[in-house]
Amino acid sequence: MEERTSSCTAMVLDEGISFTLYEVCRSCGVHAEVIVEMIGEGIVTPKGSSMREWRFDGIAIRRAQQALRLQADLGVNLPGAALALELMEEIERLRRLALRTGAV
Amino acid sequence: MKFRDYYAILGIERDATQDQIKQAYRRLARKFHPDVSKEPDAENRFKEVGEAYEVLKDPEKRAAYDRIGGGWQAGQEFTPPPGWDTGFEFSGGGFTDAGGFSDFFEALFGRMEAGRGPGPGRGFRAKGEDHHARIMVDLEDSFHGRARTVTLSMPEVGADGRVHTRQRTLNVRIPKGVCEGQRIRLEGQGGSGWGGAPKGDLYLEIRFRPHRLYRPDGRDVFVELPIAPWEAALGGVLTVPTLGGKVDLTVAAGAQSGQKLRLRGRGLPGKPPGDQYVVLKVVVPKATTPEARALYEKMAQQFPVNPRAALDV
Repeated sequence: MEERTSSCTAMVLDEGISFTLYEVCRSCGVHAEVIVEMIGEGIVTPKGSSMREWRFDGIAIRRAQQALRLQADLGVNLPGAALALELMEEIERLRRLALRTGAV
Repeated sequence: MKFRDYYAILGIERDATQDQIKQAYRRLARKFHPDVSKEPDAENRFKEVGEAYEVLKDPEKRAAYDRIGGGWQAGQEFTPPPGWDTGFEFSGGGFTDAGGFSDFFEALFGRMEAGRGPGPGRGFRAKGEDHHARIMVDLEDSFHGRARTVTLSMPEVGADGRVHTRQRTLNVRIPKGVCEGQRIRLEGQGGSGWGGAPKGDLYLEIRFRPHRLYRPDGRDVFVELPIAPWEAALGGVLTVPTLGGKVDLTVAAGAQSGQKLRLRGRGLPGKPPGDQYVVLKVVVPKATTPEARALYEKMAQQFPVNPRAALDV
């Protein structure tokens, strides 16, 4: 056990930030083909017409990483991961609604 | 070191078939997967379940574990009997991504992990592993963009090739206006790279501690404002708490319970900033004195109203 304190600045992965395909691949540790497959499943949706111009927001990094973890840990395939992500986001939306209205 | 009951962790009998073990694992892995579950200890439960499965799915490891015997209770102080594993051949299979197994696992099967490579990784990169964690912060931290000290436990592969848990404390400036569920990335704060490659990144998922007054929804903030019946009926200027301090809110005459008033831009900061919604809640004082009763009775005569007219009663 070792204790270490260091200071660092955080970057928020939200809609207001933009990444190239290369940066998304690097963040996820995968080849471009994997991200292209994810685009096909609607897991991530870049802005821009050609691969060179593709720009992804911070949410895309989160979704791509989650899809990869679901695949690796639970043995689901990519369409299954896409479905799980959509359902999880729906649950999150309902959870927020419940929080807001004080139901929980 | 505490004994771990892998059968109890998976909720199965000691004579469960390999199929039953797999089914139990799959079910619990889905339930406690940190991306899926919102339970605060989901990550630990997921790791525990993964560790139990790592042992029980492998007939060799399961046989060795069973040989220790069923006499142990979970949590009991445990030292492996000398030579407990003699006569068992380990094929060294079973690589699990999660890493960071318990001391108990390490003591029994640790030597198999020693031959492990430079840590789990997918694909081509030699960059260090990315780490993920969930942190609890206060709404005020997001509103003001305060620096917070967070303590994280990270599994790390040591020089001996074994996995150790390392505690570290990070001073993180919580970005102004960050919302519940958003991820923040701290570059170079993940696992060590190898072959001179850069370190991985640290991803933190933001969760807000429940607040005494405010309920966040994205950048918007909701607050319930109790008001007296005459304040609702007559209207007036009421003082309302916001994250940025007290503000005056004008309530029009004839306000009702449940009515939602908006304070533009008084939510979490951002472009655009969130709003604060004030939800009115009329609080009716009890008629505890004869004078109060008389007042209410006078009101009943003065306002011959049927509030349930729309219910046809």
